[in-house]
Amino acid sequence: MSEELLYWLAGDLRWSDFPPKADMIATIAALIVVAGAIGVVATLTIARRWRWLFDNWLSSLDHKKIGIMYMVLAFVMLLRAVIEAVLMRIQQALSVNAQGVVSADHFAQLFSTHGTIMIFFVAMPFISGLINYVMPLQIGARDLTFPFMNAVGLWLSAAGAAILMASLVIGEFSTGGWSGYPPFTELAYSPGEGVDYWIWAVTLSSIGTTLTGINFATTIYKERCEGMHLFRMPLFCWTSLCTAILMIFAMPPLTVATALLALDRYAGFHFFTNGAGGNMMNYANLFWLFGHPEVYILILPAFGVWSEVISTFSGKRLYGYASMVFAVMCIAVLSFTVWLHHFFTMGQSTNVNAVFGIATMLIGIPTGVKVYDWLLTMYRGRIRLTAPMLFAMTFLLCFVIGGLTGIILANPPVDFQVHNSLFLVAHFHNMLIPGTLFGMIAGYMFWFPKAFGFRLDERWGRIAWACWSGGFLAAFMPLYWLGLMGMMRRTAISFEAAYQPWLNAAWAGAALIVCGIVALGIQLVVSVRRRSDLAVPVGDPWDGHSLEWWTPAPPPEYNFARRPRIEDTEAFTNAKRDGRAYHAPPSYEDIEVPRNTLIPAGIGAAGFVCAFALSWHIWWAALLGLAAMWAGVVLRSLQGDTERVIPAAEVQRQNEAWLDCARQTAPVTRFAEVERINRGRAMETT
Amino acid sequence: MSAGKNLHPGINLGHSDPAGHHQAEPVMFGFWIFLMSDLVLFALLLATYSAMSVHGVAGGPEPRDVTDLASAGIETALLLLSSFTIGMASLANKYHDDGRRLLQWLGLTAVLGIGFLAMEARDFASLIAEGAVPQRSGFLSAHFTLLGCHALHVAAGLLWMAVLVLQLMATGLERALRLRFMRLALFWHMLDIVWVAILTFVFLYGAAG
Repeated sequence: MSEELLYWLAGDLRWSDFPPKADMIATIAALIVVAGAIGVVATLTIARRWRWLFDNWLSSLDHKKIGIMYMVLAFVMLLRAVIEAVLMRIQQALSVNAQGVVSADHFAQLFSTHGTIMIFFVAMPFISGLINYVMPLQIGARDLTFPFMNAVGLWLSAAGAAILMASLVIGEFSTGGWSGYPPFTELAYSPGEGVDYWIWAVTLSSIGTTLTGINFATTIYKERCEGMHLFRMPLFCWTSLCTAILMIFAMPPLTVATALLALDRYAGFHFFTNGAGGNMMNYANLFWLFGHPEVYILILPAFGVWSEVISTFSGKRLYGYASMVFAVMCIAVLSFTVWLHHFFTMGQSTNVNAVFGIATMLIGIPTGVKVYDWLLTMYRGRIRLTAPMLFAMTFLLCFVIGGLTGIILANPPVDFQVHNSLFLVAHFHNMLIPGTLFGMIAGYMFWFPKAFGFRLDERWGRIAWACWSGGFLAAFMPLYWLGLMGMMRRTAISFEAAYQPWLNAAWAGAALIVCGIVALGIQLVVSVRRRSDLAVPVGDPWDGHSLEWWTPAPPPEYNFARRPRIEDTEAFTNAKRDGRAYHAPPSYEDIEVPRNTLIPAGIGAAGFVCAFALSWHIWWAALLGLAAMWAGVVLRSLQGDTERVIPAAEVQRQNEAWLDCARQTAPVTRFAEVERINRGRAMETT
Repeated sequence: MSAGKNLHPGINLGHSDPAGHHQAEPVMFGFWIFLMSDLVLFALLLATYSAMSVHGVAGGPEPRDVTDLASAGIETALLLLSSFTIGMASLANKYHDDGRRLLQWLGLTAVLGIGFLAMEARDFASLIAEGAVPQRSGFLSAHFTLLGCHALHVAAGLLWMAVLVLQLMATGLERALRLRFMRLALFWHMLDIVWVAILTFVFLYGAAG
């Protein structure tokens, strides 16, 4: 076949881009991905679950199912990113005056994929998933305002994640880090598919997240139930709202940054090139104009989870609700004023650095308010140290340490000394692991019984907590020290013997974190096996305060038989106290729910095809993918009958079955909530 | 919403069909938020342009050399007029049931929009013929990207309009379709506002500088 025809058909894709790869570890990784995919397909075929999968999950527009699918995506990607982290720790521990186990180029791919995955395909799906599941229930809504767009957001994120997985098998990924700084990521220095994979994976996720943010904000503003004033919303809804606002404003800068970089690479433009008027500082500004609010997109929902967890397991109303709300809003606004601290060393004047340094330190004030509010919520509370609460303890301790190192880094003179060192790596992992990741794990454990109807095994939850907390401390505290000793981030090989003991400790910590993940897996398996012992069909296992606990576990598709009407933040607590929590409503009505459709999954698949083809310059397939995405949107607008009616009689039957179950269930005190007798009906103890 | 007030009215159904009016509200509100997000995108492209038009010239053509005020004037007239015609289309959408008048105004809008795109294509072609291609300098990259992104939006608006018109011919002016026409009109007006910013910063400043 002529070279030209081959290019027309397959772009730059050649057989040599497929496994086996040059390096043994990369080949094994590719084989794991392929084996994993084959395993999933085989399992579904043998279990005859394809139809079930399509009908119940892939085509669903139910916010609860979409939330769960987001979480599954996040957990799968977390596995890969943690394996990469362990590999990096092994490499650094074994490469002091030695070669280590991977090449410098492979190491660069590892830190690039680790960062990209952790931010865009673990933390973001986790957040979107949790908000998707919990927020509509908490505000007494039936679904998000735009269920179809919600599913499109999910499948675009999944398409981005799939690009990351494809890059492990076919070709190579970018070596430019998660932030993809040009000019290194320009064509001149990074030819090949790697940076293109990064650009399109991130772009898919960014567009999906923008849509999701619009959806969350509209839902919170417009779909609250009667009496749910903004200042009666649970704090998780407030943090979701702030996150949504940040997504709406902060995602476009990322889209612009990646689009302009793509124009440079594909069309020879000169936005960020060396020479011809290009200026990489524009990229740094655009990227961090996204990147810094992104940090708060990641942390704010976790703040919401901590507020719910700490208040619930302290058996107290959240202390300082209004101050919490103002603090969250302050953080959201300030997050747009500090992006420059990511590049203090890149040449602006002292005064500019000073302004941004001070703005950065200011964020410590509202954050401090929140920490005190959480502590005061626990003060004189009836605290139960369940697994989510234990995670909250680690969070409070570690987050304060991480925050203080953040204040240290906010000083431009100090930043000049530790810039790009492991001190920085330690700092942001210190915020993101105990803050975001532990928050998401705690949220997962806290709301799991609501979503699946049974609690998670408490013992394995505590083991997971011990491994995660110990592992985090062992893995990242040494990095502060290494950073102060002068070890730079992203170093594949080092030549300073004094690093060795600290690198060994960090490696051991990473191993402990792997144990934590394994413990989470065992917890899930054990809990599924013991699900009849752990069942909480009434739906209120932790004596919850907010509306999501006022539904069966799992909740019906339409969430509430009658949309609630509330007079106070803790409406459910009041109802329980007055003994009217499980009374039947006076009447029922027909409820409309969105019909299932496979179009969003199709749009995601087309997005994957388009992104993959663009990365390999297969132009016909890229055009086809793009056209198919828009065809999906048009097709949706032609679908006439998008709603399905659940008749009032059916709603009544289901609701009364739940109410009967609740009335027949013995209430259980808070302190017996991890015992077998907890069937999800909490006794009001105060 | 909790207060039961319609602060962002959708279609003009408040008296005859309060439920329909209420359902329209979140849909329109969500679209406003989308427009806000889209405006952030244009704001950043404008910011990039303003940095590049000073620092990214690289010895190539300057803003003054690529500014054709006569052409920009005609483009502005076409686009502003199209905003007026789509405004008339919105009134027809609101007060008339048969859709005929709506179609007429939309047809006029489409003609004006296509005229705008044609003028812009002519501008681009003449720049490229002079060797002022986007690959020449950072400034020209920014110039073509900003204007191209706006033109792509206009083209997308026209495609959207075509799809809606086909639906209108197939089903008549249903409520869902009316809401879509309302959103199309909002989108079109936003592109006009963006164009006013472009006219100011790219063409007027360009000609003055």
